[in-house]
Amino acid sequence: MSPQAEVQLVAAVTAVACALPGAFLVLRRLSMMSDAISHAILPGIVVGFMLTESLASPLLIAGAAATGVLTVVLVERIEGTGLVREDAAIGLVFPVLFSIGVVLLARYASDVHLDVDAVLLGELAFVPFDRLEWAGHDLGPRALWVMGTVLLLNAAFLAAFYKELKLSTFDAQLAATLGFMPGVLHYALMSLVSVTAVSAFDAVGSILVVALMVAPPATAYLLTDRLNRMMFLSAGLGVAYALVGYAGAAALDASIAGSMATVAGLLFGIALVAAPERGLVASWHRQRQHAARFSAQLLAAYIANPDTPPVPRPEAANRLHDRLGWTPSHARAVVSDLQERGVLTVHNGHLVCTEAGQRLADEAAQHAA
Amino acid sequence: MDLLYELVTDYTLRTVALGAALLGMVGGSLGSYAVLRGRSLIGDAVAHAALPGIAGAFLLTGSMNPLVLMLGAATTGLAAALLVETTAHTTRVPYDSALALMLSAFFGLGLVLMTYLQRHAGASQAGLDAFLFGQAAALVTRDVYVMAALGGIALVVMLLLWKELKLLSFNPDFGHSLGLPMQLLNGLLTTLIVVAIVIGLQTVGVVLMSAVLIAPAVAARQWTNQLGRMVALAAGIGAATGVAGAVVSASMRNLPTGPTIVLCMGAVVAGSMLLAPERGLLWRMGGPRRAASPHPDSSSSAPSPADS
Repeated sequence: MSPQAEVQLVAAVTAVACALPGAFLVLRRLSMMSDAISHAILPGIVVGFMLTESLASPLLIAGAAATGVLTVVLVERIEGTGLVREDAAIGLVFPVLFSIGVVLLARYASDVHLDVDAVLLGELAFVPFDRLEWAGHDLGPRALWVMGTVLLLNAAFLAAFYKELKLSTFDAQLAATLGFMPGVLHYALMSLVSVTAVSAFDAVGSILVVALMVAPPATAYLLTDRLNRMMFLSAGLGVAYALVGYAGAAALDASIAGSMATVAGLLFGIALVAAPERGLVASWHRQRQHAARFSAQLLAAYIANPDTPPVPRPEAANRLHDRLGWTPSHARAVVSDLQERGVLTVHNGHLVCTEAGQRLADEAAQHAA
Repeated sequence: MDLLYELVTDYTLRTVALGAALLGMVGGSLGSYAVLRGRSLIGDAVAHAALPGIAGAFLLTGSMNPLVLMLGAATTGLAAALLVETTAHTTRVPYDSALALMLSAFFGLGLVLMTYLQRHAGASQAGLDAFLFGQAAALVTRDVYVMAALGGIALVVMLLLWKELKLLSFNPDFGHSLGLPMQLLNGLLTTLIVVAIVIGLQTVGVVLMSAVLIAPAVAARQWTNQLGRMVALAAGIGAATGVAGAVVSASMRNLPTGPTIVLCMGAVVAGSMLLAPERGLLWRMGGPRRAASPHPDSSSSAPSPADS
C-alpha cells in the first residue's frame, strides 16, 4: 500500500470510529462534554508518556482515558453542588486540567519528544512512519491497528447495547424503571468516548476529534429521523471527510486533519441550508406557505362575513389595509391570487366568495373555534 | 518584595501583568453576562473560531499589525457565534452540538490556513503557537494600548447599556414587551464578548481563553446575589488573578503565562465555592444549626436583578 493510501485509510478508520458514538453525544446533549474530554486528557497523556515513553502504549491510552472519565465526574460533581451550571462547569474543568497538562509538559517533560502542538493538532501525514512490526514482518502503520481496534470496540459496544442506549437516550426514566441502569451506560459511553479521543489525538489532534465526533451525527440529524440511519449516515460522512479532506490538503499542501474538519463544516453548512424538510430553505418555504394559507383563509372569512360592508374591487387594497392592517401590495397580491384560484370573484363590482371561498371561510371559522 | 519591585521596574513583567490585568477585568465583567445567560461556552467557540480570522487577515494583508489580526479574529469569531445561534434556533440540532461543531470546523479551517501560510508564505511556526497558547512574554506596550482601548470601549458600552443588558440577562420577554430590540441587544452583547476574547488571544491563546470569561464570573457569583456587585467583583478577581498569574509565571522557569493565569483563576473559583458565606460548601456543611438554604439548586443561575 502506498503511504498516501495508508494515510487515507487511517483517516477514514479514525473518522468512522469517532462518528459512531457521536450520535449519542448529540442526542444526549453531551457534545461539549466531548470537547472537554478531548482537552482534559492532556495531563493524562503527559503523565502516561513520562511513565511509558510511548504514545501508543495501551497503558498510556488507559491512563489518559481515565483522565477523560475524571473530567466527566468532576463536571457532574461541580454541577451537583448547585453552585455552578453545567456549561460553566465544563468551561472551568477542561481549561484547568489542560493547563495542568501544559505546565507539567513545560516543567518536567521539556526534553522528551512530546509537545502540546502534537497533542492538539496531530499530524496524519506522519502516520506511515510509525509502523507495527512483528517477528520481522511489517504489519502496516501502528495507527491503523490502534484505530481499527477502537473502531471494532465502539461498533461492538454500540451493537451490544444499542437497545439500552436508545431507550436511555430517549426516555431515561423508563430505562431506569426497566432496570437498564442508565448511569452505568452513561459512564460506559463516556469511557468509550475518552478511549476514542486518546487513541485518535495522535493522528488528528484533540480539537479535531471533536469535529469527527459531533459533525457527522449533527449533519445526519438534519437528514433523517431514524437513529440507525443516523449512525450509518454518520459513518458514511466520516469516510467522505477523510477522502475529500485528504484531497483538499494535498492540493493546498496543508494540514490533513484541519482539512477534514473544514470539509465537515462545509457539508454541515450545505445540509443546514438545503436539507429536505429540516434545512433553512425548506423551513423558509414552509413558513411562506403557512403565511399564504393564513392570508387566504383570513380574506375569505372577511369577505364571507355577512357583517362586512361590500368591498368594491378597485378599492380592495385600501380597504384591506384599513380593516386587516395589510400593506396595499400584500392585499393586492392576495386578492389577485385568490381570484385566479377561483376563491373570490367579482359580482356587481364587489368582491364575493365563490363556493370554494365559502368552504375556505368555513374552514377558517372551524380553526378559530 | 523583590517581585513587587520587579513588577514596577521590569519592562516585560510590567507589560505582561498590565495586559493580563486588563484582560481579566474585561473578560470577567463581560463573562458575567455569558455565565448568567447560560452561554458560558460561547467564548470557547469564539476563541477557537478566531484562528482562521487571524490567518486570513495575514494572508490578505500580509500585515502583522495587532489591530488587523484582531479585526480578522473578531470577524470569524462573530461569524461562528452567529452560525451557532442560527443553527440552534432554526433547526433541531442542539445548542451544544452547534457549538462543538462550529468550534472544531472553524479551528480546522484555521489550521489549514496556518499550515498553508507556513509552507508557502514562510510564516514561522512561532506565529501559530503564539495564538494557540498565547505568548504573553511577547507583549509590547503597543499591544497593551490596543487592549486597553478596545476593552475600554467594550466596558463603556456595557455601562451605557447597563439596564438593557440586565433585562436581557434576567427577563428578555419583558424587555421585548417594552419594545426594546432584544435581538439586537443579544447581538451587541455577543459582539462585546467577542471583543473581550479577541484582546486576550495573544496573552492566553485560543484554547484557554474561555476560562478567562467563565472563572472570574463564577467565583464572583458565589459571593453576591446582585448583578452590579457580581460584575465589579468579577472584574476585580479577573484583574487580580491575571496579575498573580503573570507574576508567578515570571518567578519560575518554564511556567507558561496563560496556563498559570488559568490555574490561579481555578484556585479562586475553588476557594469561592468552598468559603463563600451562605452558598459555600463549607458553610453548608459546618452549620447544621443554621437553617439550610431550602433550594440551593435553584439559586445557582439567577441572582436577583435588584440592585442599584
